[in-house]
Amino acid sequence: MTPLAQAPHGFLSPTGVEIAFLLVGLVTFGAALVTVTTRQLVHAALWLVVALGGLAVEYLLLTAEFIAWVQVLIYVGSVVVLLLFGLMLTKAPIGRSPDADSGNRWVALVVAVAAAAALVWVVVDAFRTTWINLDGAAAGSTKVTGASLFQNWVLPFEALSVLLLAALVGAIVLSRKAKAESAPPPVNGRAVTQSSPSVTGSGIHPIVQRAEKKTEKKTEQESEQEGAR
Amino acid sequence: MHLAYPAVLSALLFCTGLYGVLARRNAILVLMSVELMLNAVNLNLVAFDVWLSKTARDTLHSGQALTLFTIAIAAAEIGIGLAIVLAVYRNRGTSDIDRLRDTAEGHEDGTPPDEAADEKAEATA
Repeated sequence: MTPLAQAPHGFLSPTGVEIAFLLVGLVTFGAALVTVTTRQLVHAALWLVVALGGLAVEYLLLTAEFIAWVQVLIYVGSVVVLLLFGLMLTKAPIGRSPDADSGNRWVALVVAVAAAAALVWVVVDAFRTTWINLDGAAAGSTKVTGASLFQNWVLPFEALSVLLLAALVGAIVLSRKAKAESAPPPVNGRAVTQSSPSVTGSGIHPIVQRAEKKTEKKTEQESEQEGAR
Repeated sequence: MHLAYPAVLSALLFCTGLYGVLARRNAILVLMSVELMLNAVNLNLVAFDVWLSKTARDTLHSGQALTLFTIAIAAAEIGIGLAIVLAVYRNRGTSDIDRLRDTAEGHEDGTPPDEAADEKAEATA
């Protein structure tokens, strides 16, 4: 079931694809580390762009072209823009914010390092000799992906469009400004003490989010229908 | 290519996202870390799908199809999550998840923050 590599593929003589994968992987991992550790909130979003773009390059190196372009379109194109809109609308401080990390960051660091050590050990031990043959036709070209998606995965695909519709409606309902007479009184006393400043931008963002969601859905469905052709 | 390279990279990215979720204080930064974790899962799915589609005779390309579904669900998740964060910010004036402790049991404010993951539950309330 798991045909091991017949020819000896050593780790000490990497191929060109492996070297490229390793270098881009280092850039991606470094950008991810900066994303979770920087104290400047907007810089975190911009380093996230680097990490996600690096992952798109990794998909290309794994010959999954369609996934790579979907990654560029949806993650780099719209998710990061949405995150930047979120930072802007919650009035994130420009520059260094001293309280970006909570007090339990050392516990979190211990948990993450332990999880990383365990996962890397298990993964390396399990797949040390497994070899991906990248020669031949691309494993994830648009034709292959579209054919398999619309032959075998039609029902989940349609269910996914229903889910996107539900998310669209839910985002609009959640971010709409509540009417004054239907606004419930604050449930607990603690919420009253933290007086909420009126957000000036809150009237804008339903439109923004609706536009963003529409473009996301449209680009994805268009690109996937293009894949079917 | 050795399968170990993408697998190790995805494990490291996942743990980076895990650290971000646990250690960050701003809710939007937590959402960014969740995106990192989802991307690590996507890389794993794609790598194993490429491996299996080259070794097995015909597959359903389930890894790549599930990656597409994960990307779409992540887009929906980021939309809903940001709407929740903005609603919380409008009501409370903060998006600091260490200060959203209304459903915490036992202790009052001022105790060291030890749980920071329940902002979503009270945001929808």
